[in-house]
Amino acid sequence: MTKGVLVDIPKCLGCESCSVACKLWNDLSWDPEQKVKTAKDRAKEPNKGLWPNDWTSINFYGLEKEGSPAWRFVKTQCLHCEEPACVSACFSKALQKLPEGPVIYDQNLCVGCRYCMLACPFNIPKFQWKKVIPGIRKCQMCPTRISNGEAPACTSVCPTGALTFGEREELLAEAKKRIKENGYIDRIFGEKEAGGTGWLYISDVPFEQMDFRTDVTTKPLPSYTEEYMKVTPIVGVSWAAILAGLYVYFNKGKEPLE
Amino acid sequence: METTRRRWSFKITPIRLVFMAIAVLAILIILIRFILGLGAITNLNDQWPWGLWIAFDVLLGVALAGGGYGTVLIVYILRRDKYYPVARSAMLTSLLGYVIVVLGLLIEVGQWFNFWRPFVSWGYDSALFEVFWCISMYTLVQVIEFCEIATEKVFRGFHKYLKKAMPVLLVLGIAIPTLHQSTLGELFYMMVGKLDILWWSVLLPPFFLLSSFFVGPGMIVLETSLSGKAFHHQVEVPVLRGLVRISASVMILYLLLKIADMAVKGTFAKAFALDFTSIMFLAELVFGVLIPIFIAFSSAANTRKGLILFGMLDVGGVILNRFNVVFTGLGGYLNQYGGHYFPAWTEFAVSAGLVSIACLLYLFITENFSIIDHRGAEPVKGVMTEHGKYAFFK
Repeated sequence: MTKGVLVDIPKCLGCESCSVACKLWNDLSWDPEQKVKTAKDRAKEPNKGLWPNDWTSINFYGLEKEGSPAWRFVKTQCLHCEEPACVSACFSKALQKLPEGPVIYDQNLCVGCRYCMLACPFNIPKFQWKKVIPGIRKCQMCPTRISNGEAPACTSVCPTGALTFGEREELLAEAKKRIKENGYIDRIFGEKEAGGTGWLYISDVPFEQMDFRTDVTTKPLPSYTEEYMKVTPIVGVSWAAILAGLYVYFNKGKEPLE
Repeated sequence: METTRRRWSFKITPIRLVFMAIAVLAILIILIRFILGLGAITNLNDQWPWGLWIAFDVLLGVALAGGGYGTVLIVYILRRDKYYPVARSAMLTSLLGYVIVVLGLLIEVGQWFNFWRPFVSWGYDSALFEVFWCISMYTLVQVIEFCEIATEKVFRGFHKYLKKAMPVLLVLGIAIPTLHQSTLGELFYMMVGKLDILWWSVLLPPFFLLSSFFVGPGMIVLETSLSGKAFHHQVEVPVLRGLVRISASVMILYLLLKIADMAVKGTFAKAFALDFTSIMFLAELVFGVLIPIFIAFSSAANTRKGLILFGMLDVGGVILNRFNVVFTGLGGYLNQYGGHYFPAWTEFAVSAGLVSIACLLYLFITENFSIIDHRGAEPVKGVMTEHGKYAFFK
């Protein structure tokens, strides 16, 4: 059973304890350029506030709901897909999915090709462009904490209950309950998106207004290339055999070239 | 020693000096890249992790080198001996193209010293895994194939063994590139919803494969005309016309598939919307495929000018296609929240430098080995001297 986190967007007050906890637990330094940015600034950044050393970000959206202003804070981080595109895109197994849920990265195996960045349906992996020897950086979902049965650092410090850690199946049931009770939008973002993600979002305002990629495919991304990769060796070997046959046929009785 | 000196030559001409200057500049920039990192000399960023080097050095390099495997298929497997005169130069261009690709990739990846990881840590679900293995193996195959030519002159003792191995190398030298040319297209299939629907298609692999095949003759026409001028040895028009017509036949198949693909996806309206993406898409098909087809099957194909025009449109069309996939096709998505990428001058300089290095190598090799006027003359027998030294060192 994979673990996940349920994000109850209306419950978030934007205190950013989660971001601080992430920095502390993962020993990530502050980038002076990024440090001065507010939740409002980060929502307007093309990367939605995720830099190599910022694995999570709280982004502010000043919206309107039933005619009155509605301030919403969206926590961004890796969604830890059930069948991650990055893992299947990685040609050296530097990215892997743990059975408990986290999608983790090992720089020792990484070549630095950045195909994961383009394969990810949510543009999560970031690259250390400024480093001489760069690697990929993204939320690892605190795998050591999870294997000890603890919640990820960010989730463990949330004071409002906007973040709930648990079994994905149970979180889905909880999400459905809350949608009904609170009159939320009838959609759990992450239930089916990209084949299902470990992190699930529920909201009372439409997800599109908070820059969620709502038109993302519901098929697991690896399934797009799976078949192709499976038949490739067979096609390759058969094609080589055909070529060898043709070579013999067309060269029969002829002087070899040169 | 006097004889050895006469064996090797490399004329210094103004154009070669220009190539050398660009190559030196590129090497300096590459050194800076290794000392300061990618961020220092490229404009790549988290929205645009792939840029000019992937589009130009890798995708285009591999495609333009497609003339090699295509020619091997036509000449050595199907034994259309008429095209034999272009075989060696096409194969050499292909080899040098792959040298650029491999060098370009080594510079492009973040942890270049880890390039060998996929050999031992198998990410076999990844399309890139196949591309990596195939490009590595194919480059090796091509180097050995070239050794067969090189041993006509140096280390002649090995020539007979290499000659025996040629049939296997030739078959591998078609089978492998067939796989990775198509898989390069498959790389972009995973970018569903990111890559513009005009280019995103389940047929990306055949599109990449067919275009790499039909760009081959275009490259051969351009390359033999250029080197023909340099070495005063032009390939006869009927030979090139035949190749161009083979290319154009494959273009017809490509065009039909493109139309079928548009019909299935229902993108005709989008293709003819005449906005930026639609114009780029149509330009690629009209100038790179449709007009070349007409040239190839008209009387224009009987003239050198017509053939060169075909070559330019053919090559230009494939350049535009690969750039469209990476830049035009992904731009809409990657720039949606204000992303931006335009290559830095240093990126252009490195790409130009790699091409210059390839041109210099081409010139050196054609000048010193039997490539262009090769008519099947065997090297002198008696490869080893009595003292066990290779004839070359005599």
